[in-house]
Amino acid sequence: MSGPFLTPLGRLSAWLTDPNPSSRLQARLGQAWLTWLRFSRNPLAMIGLGIILALVLMALFAPLLAPHDPLEQDLTRRLLPPLTPGHWLGTDEFGRDILSRIVHGSRITLTIVALVAVTAPVFGLLVGTVSGYFGGWVDAVLMRLTDIFLAFPRLILALALVAALGPGIENAILAIALTAWPPYARVARAETLTVRSADYIAAIRLAGASHGRIILGHVTPMCLPSVIIRVTLDMAGVILTAAGLGFLGLGAQPPLPEWGLMISSGRKFLFDQWWVATMPGLAIFIVSLGFNLLGDGLRDVLDPRSTSR
Amino acid sequence: MSSNTTTLPRDGIARRLWQLAKDLLRLFVMLATTFLGLLAITFFIGRVVPIDPVLAIVGERATQEQYEAARHALGLDRPLIVQFLIYVKDAATGNFGTSLLTAKPVLEDIGRVFPATLELATLATILGVLLGVPTGVIAATRPGTLTDQIIRILGLVGYSMPVFWLGLMGLLIFYGELGWVGGPGRLDTFQEMMFESEVPRHTGMILIDSALAGAWDIFRNALSHIVLPAGVLAYYSMAYISRMTRSFMMNELSQEYVTTARVKGLPEWRVVWVHALGNTLVPLITVIALSYANLLEGSVLTETVFAWPGLGLYITNALMSADMAAVMGGTIIVGAAFILLNMASDILYRLIDPRARAAA
Repeated sequence: MSGPFLTPLGRLSAWLTDPNPSSRLQARLGQAWLTWLRFSRNPLAMIGLGIILALVLMALFAPLLAPHDPLEQDLTRRLLPPLTPGHWLGTDEFGRDILSRIVHGSRITLTIVALVAVTAPVFGLLVGTVSGYFGGWVDAVLMRLTDIFLAFPRLILALALVAALGPGIENAILAIALTAWPPYARVARAETLTVRSADYIAAIRLAGASHGRIILGHVTPMCLPSVIIRVTLDMAGVILTAAGLGFLGLGAQPPLPEWGLMISSGRKFLFDQWWVATMPGLAIFIVSLGFNLLGDGLRDVLDPRSTSR
Repeated sequence: MSSNTTTLPRDGIARRLWQLAKDLLRLFVMLATTFLGLLAITFFIGRVVPIDPVLAIVGERATQEQYEAARHALGLDRPLIVQFLIYVKDAATGNFGTSLLTAKPVLEDIGRVFPATLELATLATILGVLLGVPTGVIAATRPGTLTDQIIRILGLVGYSMPVFWLGLMGLLIFYGELGWVGGPGRLDTFQEMMFESEVPRHTGMILIDSALAGAWDIFRNALSHIVLPAGVLAYYSMAYISRMTRSFMMNELSQEYVTTARVKGLPEWRVVWVHALGNTLVPLITVIALSYANLLEGSVLTETVFAWPGLGLYITNALMSADMAAVMGGTIIVGAAFILLNMASDILYRLIDPRARAAA
């Protein structure tokens, strides 16, 4: 079907949009391509994606991108204003280069986001699918538990947990993950309820599949799109909570270049050296805006129920 | 009641009463289990604290007998379930222990600081509603236009900014550079002394108490202090309320009664602001209650930035000095307020919306 006059790219595009795919792989890739086309028409979502990609690249190549060592102190060059040659975002109270600290701080932020993103949704998915699949008293008990956690203000619960476990970045991540799972359980349960009585599930059950196999192999995949949208939208909140814990001195500990912690130490010089607290805040703002824009765009594309335009 | 369900005329009332009683019972059970869950979580958190509460009291050099005696006095030698029941009983009677920091009962401390938080969160919610509802309505009437996009981006920006950083930037610009507003705290030192000595305490909220006493100097000073933290919190509540209002209004404006109203020649402002908005009020109340509950929580960081002596600052100060009784007491109070606000919005929803009443 690929005409002789098409460039290789054009041929690829034709293969992807072929209305009669000849293999399962082609059909899947074609679907993904169409989704991407819809997504890429949303400029705000593309900006969000760009910000996240930039963050990932910055974290990967932090030692190459940062002009200085983020921990290196130089008291002769302390509290230099922005646009000083060599220190484009200025220096902090120990003479450390703020730009380098922000670049290296992206690693901490990304670690927190990644760890929460792989733990909380998985636990939520497990609770939600089991709850929706079995129904009855399992459902009643698990959903009551979820409701209780949902009724609890998240930041306060995280604060209390970190206070009990002791400050530190690992405990902060644990506290955030422990408070983040209930919405995923709700979403996964709702999706499970819609597929539970579907014919294909009955067919697999008749074929003798175990409950575990049905839940993991045939119910969970149906819940993934909604959960992924939620994860993206939630990551902005995770970044803000982590920064808040850092700001209160309960998250990452000095001298780590965590952005919330940097704001907290810049607070002492707010009125005289404004840049120390301002710059890391801008970084937090840009990154969480990126996740919000991306999540908004994903919802428009992936969620058929959304009617936002 | 069930005996006269056969007689037709009373049937409706009896069944509705019965239904109401059942609803209330279900609500009560839900409330009770949620509270029990809240206490179970804080109890569990209190148990995993690496600090040994007995050692904290008797000190490192206590003998084994002294240690055991103190352990017995604290009730820590009893089975866990008994300890939990005692914990629930204490919480139900308002006994959260004594704060290490202030050496006063935690409940008394919270009673003292809570009005400051309430004042801040209430003013922020009022501002958030005044700004959020109109912007949401305007965005819904012009979907896809530049106005709609600007309102949407303003909201996303609000969702993305760390509240403590926005507060610091506000202080830097409006207090440090421009000098338009009062700085951290609820009052200047002089006005604070005046307030302590001259103004009778009715509510603990300075704006209300000073207005009742006619002390307008203090009122103005308090207003200049509260406007910035309330404005910062209001921005978040505006972002949320505006987004929800927009989606409710989009839904209403596509209904047939809107077309009918337009066809019979009503002016557009009446269709939008009276007919359609009127019908969104019920879900909006839920949203406003939720945002109010969120502000109580958001006040933890905001109060830290603005040195605002409310519940949030109390909790963070207690955290810094490992005052666990105060942290847990504060956590339970905020959690309880959160649960009650959620429940209240749910009940209001049922009372106001005839459709929800019919469905019940």
